[in-house]
Amino acid sequence: MGMIAAPTATSAPRLFWSQFQRELVSVVRSKEEALNPLLFLFLAISLFALGAGGDPEVLQNIAPAIIWVLVLLANMMSLEGLFRRDYEDGTLEQLILLAQPGFVPVLAKIAAQWCVSGLAMTLLAPIAGLILFLPSTVLPTLMITLLLGTPALSLLGAVGAALTVGLRRGGVLLAILVLPLYVPVLIFGSSAVIQHMDGIGTQAQIYWLMAITMISITLAPFLVHAALKISVEQ
Amino acid sequence: MSEFLLTTTELSCERDGRLLFSDLHITLSAGECLQVMGPNGSGKSTLLRCVAGLFPDFDGSVEAEPALYLGHKLGISLLLSVEENLRWYQGLAGQASPVTEVLERVGMAGYERVVCQRLSAGQQRRVGLARLLICNSPLWLLDEPLTALDEAGHELVTGLITDHLASGGGAFCATHQPLSVPQAGTLELDMSH
Repeated sequence: MGMIAAPTATSAPRLFWSQFQRELVSVVRSKEEALNPLLFLFLAISLFALGAGGDPEVLQNIAPAIIWVLVLLANMMSLEGLFRRDYEDGTLEQLILLAQPGFVPVLAKIAAQWCVSGLAMTLLAPIAGLILFLPSTVLPTLMITLLLGTPALSLLGAVGAALTVGLRRGGVLLAILVLPLYVPVLIFGSSAVIQHMDGIGTQAQIYWLMAITMISITLAPFLVHAALKISVEQ
Repeated sequence: MSEFLLTTTELSCERDGRLLFSDLHITLSAGECLQVMGPNGSGKSTLLRCVAGLFPDFDGSVEAEPALYLGHKLGISLLLSVEENLRWYQGLAGQASPVTEVLERVGMAGYERVVCQRLSAGQQRRVGLARLLICNSPLWLLDEPLTALDEAGHELVTGLITDHLASGGGAFCATHQPLSVPQAGTLELDMSH
């Protein structure tokens, strides 16, 4: 194969894009895994609607909390598989060994996971809101808070997923690790929607959600990379 | 670039309370192949992982040129096609060795678009070997490279290693069957510790 050249570093955007495409192709080839969390979200929302006896007033009041809690859980479901397959087939250790800088493909993986969970849930949120009798004027606020909050869920959750990927039954441990980190996002997200229904401004919560997402996007890729390194080193 | 592709000094490793190897001094120059032999559980894989940087829990030091590690986990995603897998490695390594040429070399020409899940174990191994050619690093770390391969596959592995050595690379292999490669030295790991 000719003379051996020292490996040249790929540019970060190219590395990101190549990984992002790869993730989306994998999602298309295993659709059910990406669809399960969304199915869970809508099943659970329908169950709440049925369980509350279809009383619009009861449902309306707790709808923001229901939607946000279910989004947290659905997102966590989809995070469990984020690194699992790569860990099992060895591509994860190759990624840790070869990728320079390593956090770039990690960020691309999280971005792709967000597209099929957080972003998809944001786009479907109006339907969920209508099932739970949320007034249609509140739906934009619900969507904005989800759009700003779900990236933080994916980023923070990926840290937990990276730490637990090498464990055989990491699911429960992942929940214990990650759900406490989700609490601020839950509080600001659902309280923004509730305050909008009460006619109070929601700017404070929206700024908080943006701040949390910015901090997560700054720190999480490095933490995830470090955690993955620990997980493959055995 | 230093004189050696790989140097280990006083390398010792203990795993689960058992000393696998101790005081290993290994040097590997360009054009050399070192085969690590030994019974199951003697620490061959662990030694390779130490060198690859995938097992940090050792004493002593390892200095190695950029290496490619082919272990028991092939590093091939079963959901992706052969070509998609190799393109991913091209992206990671910043190399652009032509995929078709590489696949021809490993006897997998015409399988570009086949999803790896549908390949046999031996064919998946060949795709794993193809990525050695795609990434093109000086040092190859091969853990049982002959696993699941047929006769022709054995010849392929020795051929690939010979070519790699001829172009100035080095190979460090854990294997049960001695490879018929020129310039091959042997390191015996026994379980006497």
